Amino acid sequence: MALLLENGAVVTDPWTVLDDAAGSDGIPEGPVIVSLERWQRDRAVLELRNAPLGIRLKSHQLAGEIAADLDRFGLVVLELPKFRDGRAFSTARLLRERYGFTGEIRATGAMIPDQFLFLVRCGVSSVEVPDNADLAVWRHALTEITIAYQAAATADEPLSLLRRRLSP
Amino acid sequence: MTHLGSESHAGVYRYDDVDRQFVFERVEQFRGQVARRLAGTLSEDEFKPLRLMNGLYHQLHGYMLRIAIPYGVLTSRQMHRLARIARIYDRGYGHFTTRQNLQFNWIKLAEAPDILRELAEVDMHAIQTSGNCVRNVTTDQFAGAAADEVVDPRVYAEIMRQWSTLNPEFSYLPRKFKIAITGSLTDRAAIEVHDVGLRAKRGPDGAVGFEVFVGGGLGRTPFIGKPLRDWLPEADLLAYLDAILRVYNQWGRRDNIYKARIKILVHELGLPALRERVEQEFAQIRGPRYRLDPEIVAAINDHFAAPPFAEAAVSVSGSLDRHPELPAFGHWLETSITAHRQPGYAGVTISLKPIGGIPGDLTADQMDAVADLAARYSFGELRVSHAQNLVLPHVREDALFDLWQALGPIGLATANVGLISDIIACPGLDYCSLANTRSIPLAQQIGARFSGPGEQQNIGDLSIKISGCINACGHHHVGNIGILGVDKHGVETFQITIGGKVGTGAALGAVIGPAVAFDQVATVVENLVAVYLEQRQAGEPFVDTVARIGTRPFSEKVYGIAA
Ligand code: HEM
Ligand code: SF4
Repeated sequence: MALLLENGAVVTDPWTVLDDAAGSDGIPEGPVIVSLERWQRDRAVLELRNAPLGIRLKSHQLAGEIAADLDRFGLVVLELPKFRDGRAFSTARLLRERYGFTGEIRATGAMIPDQFLFLVRCGVSSVEVPDNADLAVWRHALTEITIAYQAAATADEPLSLLRRRLSP
Repeated sequence: MTHLGSESHAGVYRYDDVDRQFVFERVEQFRGQVARRLAGTLSEDEFKPLRLMNGLYHQLHGYMLRIAIPYGVLTSRQMHRLARIARIYDRGYGHFTTRQNLQFNWIKLAEAPDILRELAEVDMHAIQTSGNCVRNVTTDQFAGAAADEVVDPRVYAEIMRQWSTLNPEFSYLPRKFKIAITGSLTDRAAIEVHDVGLRAKRGPDGAVGFEVFVGGGLGRTPFIGKPLRDWLPEADLLAYLDAILRVYNQWGRRDNIYKARIKILVHELGLPALRERVEQEFAQIRGPRYRLDPEIVAAINDHFAAPPFAEAAVSVSGSLDRHPELPAFGHWLETSITAHRQPGYAGVTISLKPIGGIPGDLTADQMDAVADLAARYSFGELRVSHAQNLVLPHVREDALFDLWQALGPIGLATANVGLISDIIACPGLDYCSLANTRSIPLAQQIGARFSGPGEQQNIGDLSIKISGCINACGHHHVGNIGILGVDKHGVETFQITIGGKVGTGAALGAVIGPAVAFDQVATVVENLVAVYLEQRQAGEPFVDTVARIGTRPFSEKVYGIAA
């Protein structure tokens, strides 16, 4: 998996995904990502750790479910089980706009490059793409459309009427 | 010619450089997507929603392109361009749909980007005419012209078109989402059979607001829309739509495509619970960032300024020469004219339902001719109605006779608007891969049965709507007579309903009895009409007679004879 930032840059992923089945003593050092179920189950243990914590939401697990705990997380991972399942777009937006989350929001799962710009506009800050993905296509997808007709989670330059220019 | 109009006065949203840049960027984006598909780096599964959001379907004969005609408004120049596309890229004709769009049925994938470019050159596109996103917003075909209009719905339809265009949050919804808006006392936009229906109205102080309906729709589970909110202030329009869409995006069903429309969510949650979620969401979205600024409304309103109506027309108002020596002109006037708010002017509906023709079809030559007539008689402006007809919205009364004479030779003077042969029919087996039955040939047969002189006029207002399968593209549920094609062990049969209607007080029709064979349908319709003619009271249209006497006398007549 390659990790692409919202500006198209490729970065190495500092996070480790913690298997739900792994016991509490087996938690590695450094930043880990847990499922919502694991967070709810092992919260006491996880909170004692001295490293960043990320949480991973399935598409039906909506923003409201973690809203009260958001200050515990440095990362929220949103899963798209199918690229047609657009719930993550609302989840990202709510995390940013309603709950004021400023950490990383990462999209993972079945996505197509053509969704990259929409994800970013909804507040997603990184996407996890397959190793064989054509990164040029992904990057290009951010630049194809430079005008939007509605406000969203990211900054933009208002033009006349409903229109805004998206900053590259 | 005194009534020569100039297109520069057509009431359309005029693109500026920003809008043009946007549509051209979109065309190039699609060109890239098609190239990736043709190169095989994009799978058909991945390509499908992308092409759908650009109006490209895969159908029986290959690709079909659905072009957006936002809220049904077109200029002469745009119509000429559609004619050109029909000639160069299709087989010389196009098909107007019940959603105020135009479809071309014989498109090549590799040429689709070029067609979109041709469209972009005249400020048109095919964006979101398909796919699980907010679709082309539809409205009253007489918007800005109707005598009974309270608020011009085009202004808000355009605002919603912009807001929904490439909306980053709402482009991968559980299912498609259709919004209709009316601004008149008479609802000509069928707002109660849409996912969201809006009625624009005015408060005591004259301020604009909206009554909101939700969860209407036809298809396999028909529902009439339910009242969600009685008054939504103009400034909150977009925030409230965001709230509805967000609730739907999060909680709409994604496990079963047949249960994915918002009407099912409304049905399963119940209206009060849905309303509570929407209102909660709305309360939080509402605020400066998502407020619809009155200055934006005013600026968009300017695009729809009334054309420069001729002062001289006022004096001829009401003194129309009906040419009694030409009864055909009188028939045409009776069916084709709608009252205009401007004295001396009329709205003219051009029937696309010639007897024996294909409902909604128009040849390239007809497109060019009608575009010229619009330039000459209607300020270069045309409309598409949801009954698959065309409208010239602003015609001087003293030009009606000339217009009628010009329409005859191009096959567009059929005097049947609103009458029994003004049939809505879906493409059916002739074009559609989902069809159970034919639909167009049935419309042709029925039309032919009632082609005697004065016969249709005597029957009066009666809508027949035909769908070739349960998806209900022909709106059969809300036809005064609805015809649904069903497959019975490989044989085409047709279920008949009566009493359906759209508009204010929409209702779903009731089934009259067992389905009948293809060859029997026209006879059944004749029998239904015969019962009506026997039973009607003075001035009572077909659908009111059905409401008064019930379906039974009709069933008895139909099945009594068949047995
Ligand atoms: C030939 C290609 C076509 C195909 C494959 C097709 C397919 C469908 C399907 C599957 C639905 C149901 C979607 C749902 O309920 O979620 C639908 C709905 C609809 N179609 Fe078509 N359609 C076609 C052509 C047309 C045409 C030509 C028109 C207009 C004359 C049309 C108008 C509609 C309308 C208005 C609905 C919405 C009915 C409702 O309120 O649920 N369709 N179509
Ligand atoms: S109603 Fe059925 S047969 Fe007719 S166009 Fe729609 S999907 Fe095809």
